[in-house]
Amino acid sequence: MATQHSRSAARLMMTPAVILLLGWMLVPLVMTLYFSFLDYRPLRGAFDCCVGFDNYVRFFTSSSFWPSVLTTLQMVGGVLAITVIGGIFLAMLLDQPIWGQGVVRILVIAPFFVMPTVSALVWKNMFMNPVNGLFAYLWKFFGLTPIDWLSELPLFSIIFIVSWQWLPFATLILLTAIQSLDSEQLEAAEMDGAGVVNRFFYIVLPHLARAITVVILIQTIFLLSIFAEIFVTTGGSFGTRTLTYLIYQRVIESQNIGLGSAGGIFAVILANIIAIFLMKIVGRNLDK
Amino acid sequence: MGQITLEKVTKTFGDVEVIPSLDLTIEDGEFAVFVGPSGCGKSTLLRLIAGLEDASSGHIRIDGKDATDLPPAKRGLAMVFQSYALYPHMSVRKNIAFPMKMAGIAQDEQERRIQQAAAALNLTDYLDRRPGQLSGGQRQRVAIGRAIVREPDAFLFDEPLSNLDAALRVGMRLEISELHSRLKTTMIYVTHDQVEAMTMADKIVVLRAGHIEQVGSPLDLYRTPRNLFVAGFIGSPKMNFIEGEVAGRHGAHTVGVRPEHIDVADGKGEWSGVVGVAEHLGSDTFFHIHETGLAETITVRAPGEVSFRHGDTIHLTPRADQIHRFDDKGLRLE
Repeated sequence: MATQHSRSAARLMMTPAVILLLGWMLVPLVMTLYFSFLDYRPLRGAFDCCVGFDNYVRFFTSSSFWPSVLTTLQMVGGVLAITVIGGIFLAMLLDQPIWGQGVVRILVIAPFFVMPTVSALVWKNMFMNPVNGLFAYLWKFFGLTPIDWLSELPLFSIIFIVSWQWLPFATLILLTAIQSLDSEQLEAAEMDGAGVVNRFFYIVLPHLARAITVVILIQTIFLLSIFAEIFVTTGGSFGTRTLTYLIYQRVIESQNIGLGSAGGIFAVILANIIAIFLMKIVGRNLDK
Repeated sequence: MGQITLEKVTKTFGDVEVIPSLDLTIEDGEFAVFVGPSGCGKSTLLRLIAGLEDASSGHIRIDGKDATDLPPAKRGLAMVFQSYALYPHMSVRKNIAFPMKMAGIAQDEQERRIQQAAAALNLTDYLDRRPGQLSGGQRQRVAIGRAIVREPDAFLFDEPLSNLDAALRVGMRLEISELHSRLKTTMIYVTHDQVEAMTMADKIVVLRAGHIEQVGSPLDLYRTPRNLFVAGFIGSPKMNFIEGEVAGRHGAHTVGVRPEHIDVADGKGEWSGVVGVAEHLGSDTFFHIHETGLAETITVRAPGEVSFRHGDTIHLTPRADQIHRFDDKGLRLE
C-alpha cells in the first residue's frame, strides 16, 4: 500500500479534487478581499479603487457590529446547547427497545429533510402567530394572554426553530454512538455500584465525547451562516441581526458591496477563531 | 463470607425456558466451575447470581439472606466479564478505583488497595496507562484488580480466559487458582473448556440445557460420571462409547472406556483395528483407530512415543476395572 510508487500515484489522483476545492475556496475569498478595499456601490455608480481600510474601520466601528457578533454567538451557542442536550436525551430514549422503533426513528429524523425556509415559515405562521398560531390557542385554552413570539422573544424563537431542524442530526449521530457502547461496560459499572446517574456521567457521557465533538464541530460550521430562518421570520429586527445578516443588509439593502465584503472578512476571522478553539477541543477528544 | 444458595430458581425469556427449576449450593470459599457446551445456560445462571438478570421464580440466597430482589451492587459480588468491560476512557488506576469511588471509600484507603492489588497482579508499572494500551493478559489482570479491591463476598468469572491465546490462558489459569488459594473467597467460574474446569475447580457443575447433569469434584466426575453426557464431556480426549454386542457382554446398553484406559499392543489384544491419524505429542501419543467393529473411531492414548504409523494394524485391550457401564437411558450402572 504505502510504497513510494503508490504514494505518488495517490497524490496524482487526489490532485484534481484538491485543485477544484482550492479554487472553489480561493476565488471567492480573493474577490471578497479585493472588493473590501474598494468603494463599490453599484446603484450610485461608485467603483473607486483603493480606499484602504476605510470599509473595515466603518464596519468595525458601526454601532451594529458588536451586537451582531454577540447575537451570532448567542444563536450558535443556544442551538448547540439545545441540540446536544436534547440529542443525548433523545438518543438514549430511541436506544430503548420499543414497538415500532424503525418508524419512530424515521419520524425523529424527518425535520432534517424540511428546507429551512419552509420550516421557519411553518413555525412562524402555524405555531408562533399570536392570533392564529397553535401556541396562541394553547395559551388561550389555559386562559393566558398569547405571546407574540417573534417580537417578544425573537432570538429565542429563532433558536428554537433552528434547534428543531438540527436536533435530528445530533440525535442521529449520538444514537449511533450510544449503540456502539458495550453493554458489558454498563453491567460492570452496575456491579461496581454505579447508579443510573453515575453510569450516565462516568460511562455513557465519556463514551459519547467524541460524537458530541463531531456534532458541535459540524453544526457550528452551518450555524454560523444561518440566514433563511432570520430572513423569513424577523428580517433581522428585534435584536436577531447576526453577523451574516448584517453583511447581507450592507451588500443587498444598502447596496454597499465594499462595506459588506469587509464584513465578510470579519466573519471569516470570527469563524477561524471559533474553529481554532474547536479544533483544540476536537484534537484532545479525538486523540483518546 | 460467601455461601451462595439457589432454591428452585428458574429463568424464562419469553416462551423459552432457559433454566428449569434448579437447586444448587456453593459453599463459602469454594471454587465452583459451571461448565457445559455453549447455550447450556451457564452464563445466564451466573448473571442470575450477579443480579444482572432477574430470576423468573425461586430464591437466591447469599450467606443465608434472600438476595433475589437485590440490585447487583447490593449483593457484595464482583464480576469479571468475558470482554473484561474495562472503562476505555479511564486509566488503569481509575478503573480499579471506580468501584471504591462509587462505594465512597476514603481516598488514602483507595490508594492503599490500588497499590496492593497492582502489586499482586504485576500492574504497578501500568497504573497510568489506558486499557487500550495494554495487552490482553494485562487487561484481564486489570479486570481482576477491579474486582479484588471491592473485597467482595464472592467473585464471578464469565469465561474470562476465552479471549486470550493458549499460552496466556495457561498462565492466567494458574494466577486465578493462586488468587483463590490466597484470598480464600468463594469463586464461581463459567467456562466451556473442561480443561479449565478440571484444573481449577473444587466443585464442578456440569450443565446441559439449563439442567444440572452432575455436581462433584473434578476427580469424582472423572471416575464416576453419572451419565453419558458427563462421561463424554469430562476428560480429554473424549471417552469412547461402544454399543451393541460388546456392551451386552458387560450387561449394559453402552460401555465407555477412556482413551487412557486402553492398552495397545503389536501382537494380540481384545480388539483390533487400523491406525488412522496418529497425533504425537511427545509425552503422549493419540491414535484414532478405525475398522474395529466397535464404533466409527476409537481414540487411544499411549504414554510416550509409540511407533505405530498410519495404516498399521493395532491390538487394543481395555482395562477391565476402568470400563463405565450405562443403561439405555444413558444413566450409569453400578
